[in-house]
Amino acid sequence: MNNNQTFPYRYVRPEVLPLLSSGEVFTRADKAPTRASFAEAVIDIGGRNPKVVVLDADVSKSIGTNKFAAEYPDRAFNFGIAEQNMFAAAAGMATTGLIPFACTYAVFASMRALDMVRNAIHYPGLNVKIAASHSGITPGPDGVTHQGQEDLSIMRSIANSTVIAPADPDTTTLAIHAAAAYQGPVYLSFTRDPVPKIFTADYPFEIGKAVTVREGRDVTIIAMRDLTAHALVAAERLAAKKIDARVIDCPTLKPLDTESILAAARETGAVVTAENNVIFGGLGSAVAELLVENEPMPMQRIGVQDTFAESGPYLDLLDKYGLSAPHIAAAAESVVKRK
Amino acid sequence: MAQVPLSVDELKKMAATIRCDIIEMICTAEAGHPGGSLSATDIVTALYFRLMQIDPANPRWPDRDRFILSKGHACPVWYAALAERGFFDKSHLATLRRLGSILQGHPDMNKVPGIDMTAGSLGQGLSVGIGMALAGKLQKKDYHVWVVIGDGESQEGSIWEAAMSGAKWQLDNLTAILDRNNLQNDWHVDELMPIEPVADKWRAFGWRVVEIDGHDMEAVVAALEGAKENKGGPTLILARTVKGKGVSYMENVCEWHGKAPCQEEADQALEEIRRCSCEQ
Repeated sequence: MNNNQTFPYRYVRPEVLPLLSSGEVFTRADKAPTRASFAEAVIDIGGRNPKVVVLDADVSKSIGTNKFAAEYPDRAFNFGIAEQNMFAAAAGMATTGLIPFACTYAVFASMRALDMVRNAIHYPGLNVKIAASHSGITPGPDGVTHQGQEDLSIMRSIANSTVIAPADPDTTTLAIHAAAAYQGPVYLSFTRDPVPKIFTADYPFEIGKAVTVREGRDVTIIAMRDLTAHALVAAERLAAKKIDARVIDCPTLKPLDTESILAAARETGAVVTAENNVIFGGLGSAVAELLVENEPMPMQRIGVQDTFAESGPYLDLLDKYGLSAPHIAAAAESVVKRK
Repeated sequence: MAQVPLSVDELKKMAATIRCDIIEMICTAEAGHPGGSLSATDIVTALYFRLMQIDPANPRWPDRDRFILSKGHACPVWYAALAERGFFDKSHLATLRRLGSILQGHPDMNKVPGIDMTAGSLGQGLSVGIGMALAGKLQKKDYHVWVVIGDGESQEGSIWEAAMSGAKWQLDNLTAILDRNNLQNDWHVDELMPIEPVADKWRAFGWRVVEIDGHDMEAVVAALEGAKENKGGPTLILARTVKGKGVSYMENVCEWHGKAPCQEEADQALEEIRRCSCEQ
């Protein structure tokens, strides 16, 4: 890093930088689950807009939306363990001009209630915000039934969808505000497990925009949600091997920032994608589709392979299922060799 | 344009007109669902021409009553009622299911003036109605939400999720009307997957239940008016109906769930409906 002519990082907290090369960012940096940022942001937004309502399905204590319910009891609706009813009711509320945030775990939002999410929310384009915690294999100890490893792929396939998966607690807050201001359905993906606070307050969050958070010339690593921090660690490992990796945080899976991604790919000539989501139909697929139709080049996808995970500590799971920094770095080395 | 609210006799005549529209639409489209449209006709007619607070010139009037046809495949009855009520020109009815038509095979709220909710996937409309009713309470609006559900549709678990929540929130601004025609796509509801004792089920879920003959216009109007006046909780009107009502060869015949009459069959149907209407 010191050999670079210019300081490569953008919007990365200064106190995090020394923790990247050692990987200590995951143990020593300030951490919080992004679901907690959502729970706080929705109180803030609800305080300023009386049309904001929060719908829960018996996991408000887990997501933290019970705090909204305590603050605004008349605008909080707990549907019990009945996600199908909750999402269709959210659609009904939205037809009257309310702005419902319907909250549950990613597996239930994207699968249990998918028919409602597709037909009652996205087909009519109703202004429902789907707040999905436990996305990816982030609820480590809970095991497979609660690990939403397909939600981003499923939601991306639905017409009119906007799919957002912010990387850290503070950019999650920015994303919630942007989603609330946006007219139409938005799927918001959060982590159950704590992730490091990596970005500064001036991070330019905008729906549909990817943000370059590390400049680099040899390879572009495009990462989302909790794997962006791992991509930054991977970039440090690569720097030690004289590979200069660009890192793009891509909080909006859909609409994909095709312009920025294509430009970065052309400038670096090789691409790695990193997502805590199945490799089918998510970020890797989206970028591969973009590149193969515009600028085919060496590319590798980091993501959950054709398998279910298991119970275990979050970071150990990322290692075991091939998602953590060493895997990202190895993939980058491999694509650079193929250039 | 008919002057609303219609009397019971006028409602009967309007129902006959709407039944004729349904037959003509589906015959012209060569596809559609006549059976469940005809079974729900008297209910929908009473709602649109007597009960509902609506303004055809302002279909998205925020204070309007809402209607949801949760059994969305029966949309020919909804389209016909909206057209007869003046929400859009009747000439659209001949475009049902055609490329570019506002009248999709299942209703689309963004294409048709007066359609309050997109429908088609069963088991969703009552939940949408729950949301609209909760929103009405929260925003202190006086509107009433009317939802027609099917008896086959009542096999969907989500119907019962919605039922639970309607009682929890004591939604007296919400009424569900169960079109109990006892036929579904494959076979008789009571044999394929029985839902009885369905009135007891709704009562057990905390709803006020009113049982009526869904083709007795006087009873339909009385039940709807009673539901609107009732306070303290939601009402389920169990409307016993005949699938294909008004067309002799369609009545209680499963095959007419989703089959279009040919021109000859349509002519016979129209004649039967008109004759019956004149005799009233």
